[in-house]
Amino acid sequence: MRERDQQSMSTSVNGGGRATQITKLDRVVIRFAGDSGDGMQLTGDRFTSEAAAFGNDLATLPNFPAEIRAPAGTLPGVSSFQLHFADYDILTPGDRPDVLVAMNPAALKANIGDLPVGGMVIVNSDEFSKRNLVKVGYDANPLEDDSLSSFQVYSIQMATLTQGALAETGLSKKDAERSKNMFALGLLSWMYNRPTEGTERFLREKFARKPAIAEANVLAFRAGWNYGETTEAFAVTYEVPPAKFPTGTYRQITGNAALAYGIVAAGQCAGLPVLLGSYPITPASDILHELSKHKNFNVTTMQAEDEIAGVGAALGAAYGGALGVTTTSGPGLALKSETIGLAVMSELPLLVIDVQRGGPSTGLPTKTEQADLLQAMYGRNGESPVPIIAPHSPGDCFDAAIEATRIALTYRTPVLLLSDGAIANGSEPWLVPQAADLPDLRVTFASEPNALDGSDEHWPYVRDTETLARQWAIPGTPGLQHRIGGLEKADGKGGISYDPDNHDRMVRLRQAKIDGIEVPDLTVDDPSGDARVLVLGWGSSFGPIGAACRRVRGQGKKVAQAHLRNLNPFPANLAEVLRSYDRVVVPEMNMGQLALLLRGRFLVDARSYTKVAGLPFKAEELQHVLNEHLHAVEGMRT
Amino acid sequence: MTAVDLGLPSLGGLDLVPTDDAPQKAKDFKSDQEVRWCPGCGDYVVLNAMQSFLPSLGLKRENIVFISGIGCSSRFPYYMNTYGMHSIHGRAPAIATGLAVTRPDLSVWVVTGDGDALSIGGNHLIHTLRRNVNLKILLFNNRIYGLTKGQYSPTSETGKLTKSTPMGSLDHPFNPLSLAIGAEATFVARTLDNDRTQLTEILTAAAQHRGSALVEIYQNCPIFNDGAFDVLKDAGEREQRLIPLEHGKPIRFGPEGEFGVVRGEVGDLEVAKISEVGEDRIVVHDATIEDPSYAFALSRLSTQDLSHTVTGIFRNVARPTYDDQARLQTTSAAETNPPNLQALLNGNDTWTVE
Repeated sequence: MRERDQQSMSTSVNGGGRATQITKLDRVVIRFAGDSGDGMQLTGDRFTSEAAAFGNDLATLPNFPAEIRAPAGTLPGVSSFQLHFADYDILTPGDRPDVLVAMNPAALKANIGDLPVGGMVIVNSDEFSKRNLVKVGYDANPLEDDSLSSFQVYSIQMATLTQGALAETGLSKKDAERSKNMFALGLLSWMYNRPTEGTERFLREKFARKPAIAEANVLAFRAGWNYGETTEAFAVTYEVPPAKFPTGTYRQITGNAALAYGIVAAGQCAGLPVLLGSYPITPASDILHELSKHKNFNVTTMQAEDEIAGVGAALGAAYGGALGVTTTSGPGLALKSETIGLAVMSELPLLVIDVQRGGPSTGLPTKTEQADLLQAMYGRNGESPVPIIAPHSPGDCFDAAIEATRIALTYRTPVLLLSDGAIANGSEPWLVPQAADLPDLRVTFASEPNALDGSDEHWPYVRDTETLARQWAIPGTPGLQHRIGGLEKADGKGGISYDPDNHDRMVRLRQAKIDGIEVPDLTVDDPSGDARVLVLGWGSSFGPIGAACRRVRGQGKKVAQAHLRNLNPFPANLAEVLRSYDRVVVPEMNMGQLALLLRGRFLVDARSYTKVAGLPFKAEELQHVLNEHLHAVEGMRT
Repeated sequence: MTAVDLGLPSLGGLDLVPTDDAPQKAKDFKSDQEVRWCPGCGDYVVLNAMQSFLPSLGLKRENIVFISGIGCSSRFPYYMNTYGMHSIHGRAPAIATGLAVTRPDLSVWVVTGDGDALSIGGNHLIHTLRRNVNLKILLFNNRIYGLTKGQYSPTSETGKLTKSTPMGSLDHPFNPLSLAIGAEATFVARTLDNDRTQLTEILTAAAQHRGSALVEIYQNCPIFNDGAFDVLKDAGEREQRLIPLEHGKPIRFGPEGEFGVVRGEVGDLEVAKISEVGEDRIVVHDATIEDPSYAFALSRLSTQDLSHTVTGIFRNVARPTYDDQARLQTTSAAETNPPNLQALLNGNDTWTVE
């Protein structure tokens, strides 16, 4: 069992000459919380980089409101960033924070409920004015009554101390106070013995065009560090040693960045230009932002007039022989449906990325959910099968993009990649792939007539006997002029056909093509080999499900875990895997969409566990769910 | 944002499209598909004109692509022995944009109708025009929905009695050229399906134009809106109504050339009797005026009752195209920063585990 704190005390002499105990921990969860304008995402990002540079394993969970600046100091305006770092491989951003940094009363109120008894709270007391307290419904100052008595509370005048540290910079008090998030970062960096060079370098680069601001931030950061070092408020600092990773070169990566790199790499591996047609939408826009920086890889990014134009341009580029890509979130996928149907009908390769968020309608733009599975699977008119791939972690997004491209190019089909808000914005250490080891995705365009009657014509719907893919005959190829489109086409020759038998055959051919896509078998993690309960998930729930399995196994119980990456077609061995267990539990951040598919396809009594709270599952919660099922199955035996 | 001088070479519309030395004939552009428009449909005339005109460009057939949306006219690509896509309703400009951006060696034509381009696809049309993508858009305007059997369209005259408007349509119609010029389209023209000479002239100029060209073609639907443009075709009527434009020539019309277009008092243009205003006041047509106000004013002379209809090339100005600039960004990015995938994957902040 690894998800527990191992503490060992040792005493050492800290740099300041003061004897401070250093407590060794194997894992820590810190949550930075403040107002949307307080820079909590940046603070969390920097602490993450420090943890990564130190060699910890880590997982992050940014959580912010959809409003860019909700009214200051209010509960809806609270933005937070949770970071879990450890000396071993961790799977989730952590259920509950060990340390809560609260920059104002709203941040305290919104987050204190998640803190376990004995947890540490570091508060910016400057913001605890009567007015601010009233704004969030505190009758009394929680720093002055005993409401926080079950926590270790450190009340620090962060704004005042920051202003003091910057007194000689000439900045106004208001400007100086803005660096208080760096004061907090400096204090936490001291407390956890983090390396600081990276942050100072980062600040100088970020504010290179405003050197005064850069220096102010560096000064505030150092002031926070020195505050920890010189006051005697903190008797203990902590150390989380580096994790043991497989050898190699690592970096930190978010899911959206990994998707962007995956698209660049896929274009390079295929030897094709890439055209991304996209319309800004949370939480997918960062893919567009990232790709637009890499035009040197023959990547064209087009910010289209709407979602439909984005996918339309991608399909037009695909028709011309490029790798067409479009990126969106659920509402955008709905708008793209008809064009994806045209790609199904015209059998052109197309990569469609849906970074899922809370729905329906506009829903929860900045929160995560997995509720677009059935939209991806069935959300088009007619029989319109589309392969679906879902990455299970930020780093996996890279491989998923390449795999989705392989399927699109090999089978000439649109492919849907389902990421979600948790993966998109969350980050983890990533073993950087070697470019030379990436798969060869090169394609062959048609160059000769292929008419089955021996004439010199091109028949657009002649299929490869293995893959059932039709040829990719791109404009500019002499002698292969042909017309395609959304109307049903005659098998082989490809003219418009309203023939009933032909339509029936073409519908079945399109289905058979997708059903026949080669996908890897599902692997099952069942350490004992004789578990009776299988927990099956897909997408970003991989981390919490895996952490829950560890906990359950740590209790001496047996549970098997499998995670679906290919949701259409399913792996060939899925039916056999499902039949091998007395009970199949399917946790999903939706109302049971995969469970519905499994029940329909395999007549298996899949037990759904569902939650649509806009946040990832907690390991503890799934642990309870699994225990209940284990208990029930145990009862079946007797 | 600062404007960047991209230093683009001045290109013609077809300068990057390979040519064919072998002589071509109209029949080379006819596909093996039987044409299935209704007898008497104006689309036949445009199809024949297109097939007869294309040989004059001398392009390789395989480098020509027709992309259409949905509607009667959108069957057009099936009948052309070129590459073609019959796409979905209203989206042809978006699809064609993706193709044009990635394939400068193609001559890309969009075929659309008044419902396809101005109703369901209105957004794509205006954005394509403002971007100035190197596409030629043929807008077949019959002022009716034909394929769905006779509902009013966004160019139908107010009060139109149709299956869906038995008490008369309420909508004020679009003037397609006002819309295009409002979107600052760089090439805008109008002609009639029966004027093959003018149609061919306009198609030639559109093909040579580098950028988006919108060509509106008034086209008769003999089944659901027969005779919609008869007043512009019948001898005795048409001379009173049609105002043909010729670049560099005074704009005059009428059976005896007795009418002219003159400047009005509020920046508009007006029709006047030349004998009353004098020759000097007749506007000399200049399609190359950069400010769209003049072309817009010309477009306003056309009214929904067709009492006057301006034809010819309203506007033909040069502006960098979206697709040329997009390609310039990728090539210059690659020159400045040669692609190195491993370096990209590594990023700036790696650590090594031994």
